[in-house]
Amino acid sequence: MHKEPFLKMSKRDHLAWQKRLLVRIVALILSLIVCAGVIFALVRMNPLDVYKAIWDGALGSERRVWQTLRDTMVLLCISIGLAPAFKMRFWNIGAEGQILIGGACAAAAMIYAGDAMSPVLLLIIMFVASAVGGMIWGIIPAVFKAYWNTNETLFTLMLNYVAMQVVTYCIVFWENPKGSNTVGIINQATQAGWLPELFGQRYGWNILIVMVFTVVMFIYLKYSKQGYEIAVVGESENTARYAGIHVKRVIIRTMAISGAICGIAGFVIVSGASHTISTMTADGRGFTAIIVAWLSKFNTFIMLAVSFGIVFMQQGAVQIASQYGLNENASDVILGIILFFLIGAEFFINYRLERTKK
Amino acid sequence: MSVLIIFIQKAIVQGICILYGTLGEIMTEKSGNLNLGIPGIMYMGGISGLMAAFLYEKDNPDPNAFIGVLLSFICAFACAALGGLIYSVLTITLRANQNVTGLALTIFGTGFGNFFGGSISKLAGGVGQISVKVTGGAYTAKIPGLSKIPVLGDLLFSYGFMTYLCIITAVVLSIFLFRTRYGLNLRAIGESPATADAAGINVTKYKYLSTCIGAGLAGLGGLYFVMEYSGGTWTDNGFGDRGWLAVALVIFALWKPLNAIWGAFLFGALYILYLYIPGLGRSMQEVFKALPYVVTIIVLVITSFRKKKEHQPPAGLGLPYFREER
Repeated sequence: MHKEPFLKMSKRDHLAWQKRLLVRIVALILSLIVCAGVIFALVRMNPLDVYKAIWDGALGSERRVWQTLRDTMVLLCISIGLAPAFKMRFWNIGAEGQILIGGACAAAAMIYAGDAMSPVLLLIIMFVASAVGGMIWGIIPAVFKAYWNTNETLFTLMLNYVAMQVVTYCIVFWENPKGSNTVGIINQATQAGWLPELFGQRYGWNILIVMVFTVVMFIYLKYSKQGYEIAVVGESENTARYAGIHVKRVIIRTMAISGAICGIAGFVIVSGASHTISTMTADGRGFTAIIVAWLSKFNTFIMLAVSFGIVFMQQGAVQIASQYGLNENASDVILGIILFFLIGAEFFINYRLERTKK
Repeated sequence: MSVLIIFIQKAIVQGICILYGTLGEIMTEKSGNLNLGIPGIMYMGGISGLMAAFLYEKDNPDPNAFIGVLLSFICAFACAALGGLIYSVLTITLRANQNVTGLALTIFGTGFGNFFGGSISKLAGGVGQISVKVTGGAYTAKIPGLSKIPVLGDLLFSYGFMTYLCIITAVVLSIFLFRTRYGLNLRAIGESPATADAAGINVTKYKYLSTCIGAGLAGLGGLYFVMEYSGGTWTDNGFGDRGWLAVALVIFALWKPLNAIWGAFLFGALYILYLYIPGLGRSMQEVFKALPYVVTIIVLVITSFRKKKEHQPPAGLGLPYFREER
């Protein structure tokens, strides 16, 4: 006997944005309930106290607010970089490596040219160098993908670790003090190559740079001819070819942009936040950004919200960790659970479930 | 000579860690699922095996090595398979994107491992490291008698039982994939799920099973690392990037378990080569550490140049399958 399934699913054509938002909020609330359960099981603390601690950790003092904003900007910048590549269905898992190479280029300029030129010129050179570094790291897999259809997911993934070794290679020459195997704060005395304050705010430039990217990338993807080409190639390479789009050129050009912006994210980290370079400069954010970009469906303003949400939770989790003596890796566990729910929620946005009629 | 023997021994131990992950990922990828959560899953397997052994030995005055091994083995496999189940539910039933889900699973799994790793050392009195002497000892026990043979014994018989289990698993997996009806079905799904579905194969069931069992296998790699390589201790992030190396080795082995065996030993050797080349400066050491990844990239590029059919990734790899959209 053939059994009728209990539920029937069908693809939705379109869901109003209010409903999409509602589905995501429900998913977020569910994930927070599960997280609260996990936290309670581990430390026997009142979950409400825990969520208050998360709030305090992310936005509890002016310093923390700025830290949260700073990290949001970095994550957002990387996600913006990934957006065009993903829209083209090019799985750039290599943001981590592109950030590291960009950061290393910026650090190199700081170290070798820190005293040789005016601060403004130095910053411009660092900016360009990191963009070019990231661009090269992005173009390599794109060329192979365009001409020989080499699997880009695995290629970019491997390049991350090559980039990591490039950075450790450089650290051997840049280490300060000698033998520490770390670069230390670069140009601590002169502050050459550090992004200056803007409007009296330490991270003012970080925010300005990334916000400009947010707006420009939104317009580029939505209203420019190149953005349209990216969308067509992403939908179907054959259609694109039939329509006279030069697919190889689009792939390489898009990855150049993608890599360059990720490289600039490295510049923002090195010049605008950490003032040093290490293999932890990217700190897994190249991977987190992939999820941000995908969940936001390439809309850079939604990326802003998602990035903020994720950084908010991470900062909060660090606070819980120190407050209740939990290990700080709890933040990754919580982040993972939240991501699972948000990823799962996509299903209910794209599909409709119905009870089968008897 | 003795240095060479030690080098080969260490290369094999390193290789086996990676090989478990690779076998699991081959199993998974043959069904068309590209599970990038393998690094996280290996952390989950390692820590849950260690925790099982630790909790068993903690308040037990006379722990039995066999029970310790059994418990840790089952827990490692089950917990890792649970990671695979999360991935399967999200990608197969809820049709989420595979790359995104896999990366989220890696974030979760790595955090899971380090979180509980840090927490059990606190349980043990905060000394930083915990030890499971009896169980760890059983995992590292060499083959009695045979391991005493000079040279040959050192090279072939001086490893714990999980080393041999791994090789056997690789052979069994190879036979399963290429010599049985179930393996043929699984490969058909990886190549073209729609065709397999039309032929009456239950695509969903196969995908679920292969992903969960594959994840369980990969989890044993974490267990092997914790028990045999580190002798029953945990260090945060100690497992390092071996999970990604396992993913790399799948490509290097061209999705064939038997290739993966010697590939794993080669990767293990490349992984530690910098320690054994005399007169290598620190900067050159770092260059050598990039070798496994560079070699993988070269293999990836060459296979895409040659376009030989039997050397390609499963055609449906990474692509979702929805019956309604075919």
